[in-house]
This record gives sequence, structure tokens and C-alpha cells, in this order.
Amino acid sequence: MSLTATPPQAPVTQNGISNSLTAGKLPRYASIYVLVGALAASSAVFGLVAVSSGELFNIAGAVFCGVVLYTASIWLISRLVEGSRKAADRFVTALVATAFTIALLPLISVAFTTIVNGLPRFDAAFFTESMRNVVGAGGGALHAIMGTLLITGMAALISVPVGLLTAIYLVEYGRGKLKHGITFFVDVMTGIPSIVAGLFAFALFALVTDDPGVRMGFGGAVALSVLMIPVVVRSSEEMLKLVPNDLREASYALGVPKWLTILKVVLPTSIAGIITGIMIAVARVIGETAPLLIIAGFTTSMNYNLFADRMMTLPVFVYTQYMNQGTDSQAYIDRAWAGALTLILIVALLNVVARIIAKAFSPKTGRR
Amino acid sequence: MTPPEASTITAKQRPGDRIFSTATLVAGVLILVTLAAVAIFLVAQSLPAFTAVADDFKGDAENFWQYVWPLVFGTIWAAALALIMAVPLSIGIALFISHYAPRRLAQGLGYIIDLLAAVPSVVFGLWGITVLAPAVQPFYTTLTEWFGWFPLFAGPVSGTGRTILTVAVVLAVMILPIVTALCREIFLQTPVLHEEAALALGATRWEMIKLAVLPFGRPGIISASMLGLGRALGETMVVAMVLSPSAIISFAVLQSQNPTTIAANIALNFPEAHDIGVNILIATGLMLFTITLAVNMVARYIVERRKEFSGAN
Repeated sequence: MSLTATPPQAPVTQNGISNSLTAGKLPRYASIYVLVGALAASSAVFGLVAVSSGELFNIAGAVFCGVVLYTASIWLISRLVEGSRKAADRFVTALVATAFTIALLPLISVAFTTIVNGLPRFDAAFFTESMRNVVGAGGGALHAIMGTLLITGMAALISVPVGLLTAIYLVEYGRGKLKHGITFFVDVMTGIPSIVAGLFAFALFALVTDDPGVRMGFGGAVALSVLMIPVVVRSSEEMLKLVPNDLREASYALGVPKWLTILKVVLPTSIAGIITGIMIAVARVIGETAPLLIIAGFTTSMNYNLFADRMMTLPVFVYTQYMNQGTDSQAYIDRAWAGALTLILIVALLNVVARIIAKAFSPKTGRR
Repeated sequence: MTPPEASTITAKQRPGDRIFSTATLVAGVLILVTLAAVAIFLVAQSLPAFTAVADDFKGDAENFWQYVWPLVFGTIWAAALALIMAVPLSIGIALFISHYAPRRLAQGLGYIIDLLAAVPSVVFGLWGITVLAPAVQPFYTTLTEWFGWFPLFAGPVSGTGRTILTVAVVLAVMILPIVTALCREIFLQTPVLHEEAALALGATRWEMIKLAVLPFGRPGIISASMLGLGRALGETMVVAMVLSPSAIISFAVLQSQNPTTIAANIALNFPEAHDIGVNILIATGLMLFTITLAVNMVARYIVERRKEFSGAN
């Protein structure tokens, strides 16, 4: 079937002389023709199977076989017309494009299922009620959303000053072994598993409060800070490095002290990038489940006090709703998906706003 | 760009300068202190676990090492499976973005892959359990029927699809963005002169990549994989939600009995744990911390050594 796309071997120009520049090459759009041909062939086969067996048409199977057929046939055609080196090139091109498409599948699937499953309970009650005394259907995630905002806000309040000051130290002041050590360990800190951060916060507060079953929102904020600080340091450091040295030198030449130069020249120049980095860091920790499960625990009631008692958060809400389903399991599953949808929307919103800030306020020397 | 070099002329030390520079120094040192504190507090809280007696452990374990060994195995096994799937795919995607896609699209395509990193892990857990596991179950059945003689795919197949292979697929999806992003950065840093030299000698695009890009990026690919491995080792929620755990050591990836991971075991048991049970779980957390720390330090060391030409950080 795909052989119909095979072109004449050497295109002949008007005066009958074969063009040596295009001889032995496939025409420009050959790969697209072959792809369409392969997909058509495979869907025809799958269509026949579907009709004869009376089952539903298997889209995934058809596309998969079509792509495999395409990869094989483009290699074969190219091998016949263009030789083995070109054939290998086309084969790898097909593979690489397929790899990218494969990566898109889970993304599309996750977005699609979350929206479809999340919408049934994505209503006013979900955002205005807690789960207190709710068994079965009804109830909402207000307590969880509140807890997420409080804990993440507190984490940001701890991480931003520490992270930003560290970045300033690394770029403006630091030198020698200490600078190298801090850079290295900030990188290592990026790799701390989130659950270990939760255990650390638990161990810390269990010793401090002398309560072996300690649960509090502030501990969750500390755990999230451990995860957030390295991200803030890395992104702020990158942004501070982008500030041209000319600006600093101009400021020194005017007799401005170093700390004022940093505060009034360096920071304002890079502030857009720094805010973007901070928002992306917030977006990263807001979806963390494991540390909050350990140290903030779960509850069904509102709790505005970060320093006492269990505090529900949105990711933990999703987790507990799914894992501890009651008799009316559909209601729990619906709430879990609605929570997941809310979480994804918050993360997406943070990311979009961060990109807009980066685009709108970035200095002219920025990367983009 | 580097910060202004220290000159021989010393500026007048103003109080503002001293306060500000000290504050930044304190913040920097605080990070080192935090990392040390993580280690110290974990060790302090896990000491009782090492002397715990058989009754304190869930299951048949008689001492801590017997308890933790299947978990360590599960952690490494799941992460290794995820890595085997994720790394070739990531290299392919990174090459696609850096060398195949049109220049104008490349940035946008990279951003799409980064979106995967923005999905919270608990959502991936829900997705794995509701969408992926039922979808791959028929495939698993076929796999055991045809390739059951191969020890990895030995039957009996799980009826729910909630096996360690499903977990590994989700983990692979989760570490894909970071490995891709790092590989992409490295591939983009290949000296253009090397690429052009290869092309000028008549190499096709693939030969150019084989000759110039991949040899240049090899240390970067290795360290990116190790950072991905670090992520996969510590990932909690997906494993906790998708697997029904059992304390076994088994390489079979399609059966309903699967080894679980340290992180998932902590997440599942911590809310109900008390007394020495808490210490035991923290001690397993300490093991996880040690493993990931070692993996990450090796990865960072490789990056550090090749810093002059690899931009992997």
C-alpha cells in the first residue's frame, strides 16, 4: 500500500536531462505520504477486524501499528532509493519523533481523565463546605484548600528569605570553599525525597514538643521549606547572574555601598525572574503529599491554627478520599477527582502567572 | 558572568554592608545546617529501631535488617525499571527538541514536556490506579501467555494490572521531564563547530549526532539518569496508591504479589504507627535518605567534574 508513494528514481527536468542534485533522493514530502499511507493501511486492517468481530474500533492499536509500519516502510523505501546511511537517518528521525509523541500520551490522558472525572463534584459546595460530619455524598474540600494555602504560604515565608539571601551570598559575596560547598549541597538537597523531609520535620517537632505523636501544620511548612529552598536558591542564583556587571560597576563608581547596590540595582533588575522562580517553586511544593501526610496528618474539620492539631491539605485530601472509601464509594472517588482537578488548576494558574511575569517584566538582557 | 573580583583596594566597611553580608552568609550556612539537621534528627529518632525485638516489627522480620531488606530491594527494583524505560525515551525526546524540531517550535515543545513535571504526584497515583492499570492488564495477560517462560514475565498474571511494572511506567513518566530537560541542555551545548564539521564531511543528521552530540553529552546523560534515579527512588504516592504491598523479594513484574518501596511503606503505615513503630519507620526513611544522598552526590560529582562544558545544573 505504502509503495504507491515511491517516486520515480531520478526526476527528469524539462529538457530531458536528469537532475544530478535530486537524483537518488526521495521527494520532499515523501515521509508524510508514507506516514498517511501507513496509518490508512493499519486502520483499514483494524477496521476489518472490528467489523468482522463486532468489537469497537481500537484507535490506540491502529495508531501504534501504523507508526510501526511507517518506521519500517520509510526505512525500506529510503534504503532502496537513497542507500543505507540515509535510511538509518530517516529511521532515527522516525524513532525520535515517536518518542516525543509517546511522552505526550500520558499528559493528554492525565488532563483528560482529571477533567472528566473531576467535573461532577466541581461545584459550589466543594469550595464552601468541609468534610465535618459528612458520611457518603456531599461535603467539600474547604478545610483542605485552607490548609494548603496556610501551609504553603508559611513555607514560602520561610523559604523565600533564606533562599534569596543564599542566592545573593553565592553570586555577590561568596568565594572559595564555602561557596563551593553551599552550591554542591544545595544541589544535593534538591534530591532529598519528599517523604524524608516529612520524617525530618516529624523527628524535629517530636523532640521539640516532646510529643511522640505530634501533628501540626507548621511542621508541614518546615518540611515543604526543606524541599523549596534549593529550588528558590537555584532559580534566583541564575537570575542574579544575568544582571550585567556594568550596572554594578556603574553603581560602585557613583560611590554607592555594596549592599545598597544589591538592594537598589541588582534586585530590581532581576526581580521578575526571581518572582517567576519563586512561583514555580511554590507550584512544585503545593502538590506534595507525602510529607504532609506524615507531619500535618489528616482531619475532616477546619483548622486555622498552624501550631496545633492536625491540618488537612488538598493533596492529602485527594489521597485519603481515594484510599479510605466509605460504603458510598463513588462519592469518595468523585471528591478525590474534584480535589485533583482543583490542585492541577492551582498549579497551572501559578505556572501561567509565572510565565506572564517572566515575559512581561524581564529585563532586556534576559535570555528570551 | 562572574561577580566582581575582589580588588586590592578595600572599600570602607559600612554597618549596612556588614549586616547585609552577614545576613546572606547566615542564610547560606543555614542551608548546610539544615542538611546536617536532617541527618542528625533522623539518626537520633531511628536509633531505637536498630535494637528492636521481633515483636515490634510487622510481618515475620526478626530484626531491623530483615525488615528493611525487602523494602530496599523493592525501592531499587522499581526505580531501576522506571529508569530503563525513561532514559532512552528521554534521550529521544531531548534529541527531537534540540536537533530535529524546527527552531521556533523547540522552546514550546520543551515547555509541553515540562508540564508533565507540574502534575502533582497524587494525581499521577489516581491516574495510574484508575486509567493505566486497567488499560495495561489485557496486555499483561498476553505477555504472560507468550513470554511466560521468561522469569520476569512469569505468571500467574495480576487480575487488576496493579503490579510493579505499572508503578514503574508511572514513575518513568514522572522522571521523564527532569531527565529530558537535563539531556536537552547538554545536547544544546554541543560546540556548533563540531556539528558543522561533521555535516561538512557529508554526515547525515544521525551520523552528526552519533559523532558529535552523543560523545559530548555522555557524562551529562549519565548524571541526568542518576538524578532521575534519585527522583524515582524517593517517589512515594504512586507506589503507595497503585501497589498492594507485600514484604517479598521477587523479580516477577506481572504478578499480584509485589515488593513495595521504603517510601510507600512509610506513607501507608505512618498514620497508624506508634511507639517503636514510628522509630522503625524513621529508620527505614534514614536508609532511603542515605541511598538517595549517595546517588545524588555521585551524579552531582560527575556534573561538577565536567562543569566547564556541561550545563547540567
